[in-house]
Amino acid sequence: MTEFTLPKNSKVETGKTFAYAEGTTNKKTFQVYRFEPDSGENPRLDSYEINLDNFGPMVLDALIYIKNEIDSTLTFRRSCREGICGSCAMNIGGTNTLACTKAIDEFKHNIAIYPLPHMPVIKDLVPDLTHFYAQYAAIKPWMQTQSAPPPDTERLQSKAEREALDGLYECILCACCSTSCPSYWWNSDRYLGPATLLQAYRWIADSRDEYTGERLDDLEDPFRLYRCHTIMNCTNTCPKGLNPAKAIAEIKKLLVSRTV
Amino acid sequence: MNLQSPLARVRGLGSAKTGLHHWWLQRLTALALIPLSLWFTYSLLVVISADYATVVAWLARPLNAILMLLFIIALYYHAVLGVQVVIEDYINSKRQRIACLILVKFLALLSGLSAAMAVLKIYSGL
Repeated sequence: MTEFTLPKNSKVETGKTFAYAEGTTNKKTFQVYRFEPDSGENPRLDSYEINLDNFGPMVLDALIYIKNEIDSTLTFRRSCREGICGSCAMNIGGTNTLACTKAIDEFKHNIAIYPLPHMPVIKDLVPDLTHFYAQYAAIKPWMQTQSAPPPDTERLQSKAEREALDGLYECILCACCSTSCPSYWWNSDRYLGPATLLQAYRWIADSRDEYTGERLDDLEDPFRLYRCHTIMNCTNTCPKGLNPAKAIAEIKKLLVSRTV
Repeated sequence: MNLQSPLARVRGLGSAKTGLHHWWLQRLTALALIPLSLWFTYSLLVVISADYATVVAWLARPLNAILMLLFIIALYYHAVLGVQVVIEDYINSKRQRIACLILVKFLALLSGLSAAMAVLKIYSGL
């Protein structure tokens, strides 16, 4: 059966408390999930009470401050700090989002930070995304054509054809949506998940691609595609405001329309 | 030890090239069940206080019998599709999953056919 509780060695324990905000009222406590696989210990939740005057407005600023000034063992991914690389995706205050675009003042009280749900954890806030990236690679995320490229132009698109890619091409593959999806939690070994399916639809919707039929063939599967039950967590959580659930619905509609 | 590449694991046995039929019929039966279950509820309210002979006579009318049969078929088909999805979602072990699917489908067939038989028996008056 599906496991609904964490295994014994994954139960989160109370960790250390760091109080670094004496003499200020502009402070907040960040409760951060810590896990060190080599130590053999259970994961724990460390609390950092810090002065918000010392760093920028985003959750990522707080994490960088903690790592630089308080606890250099804290591990997380980050790169662009402007919501375009997708590295700092994590579960903040119960919702998957990007730490770099999530403002601290959106939270009234403490902020709990966990790694993306239901993924193997490498260390602290760093999940193992190997399988997620392999799923992306499996949908062949590049243009496939039979006709030779035009000799002296690009492959042209009308304005409307280009607009069909809006809301799809912006996906940065941060994995917030897939790791918020219960269907992906239970069946990610076979279900491709919202991020990969939105990317698959991005190539299906591309007027220049000539392998739409083969792409649909590869997706028509009770597990790869039809584990989506329109739960809509993906759309709710997407930090880029995209709608993976709609992209999946469009794939399902195309599969119907080629039979009727 | 599994030394397969991550991509090989994802590609697995390939696409089953089915699933559309299941999804589409779940929607079609849901659509059919909207008027049918309204009719069924209304009929229940009408005949609920009647005696046995009246109910049998009511069900023996061709229109009522055919609507009842349609209701039974759509209901069971829809229910089986729904339960199948729940089983596939939540039961990971392949052996348990297949056993549950077989059990559910056999039970649904048994009980659905019994219901349909009852309607036909009343309709034909045998």
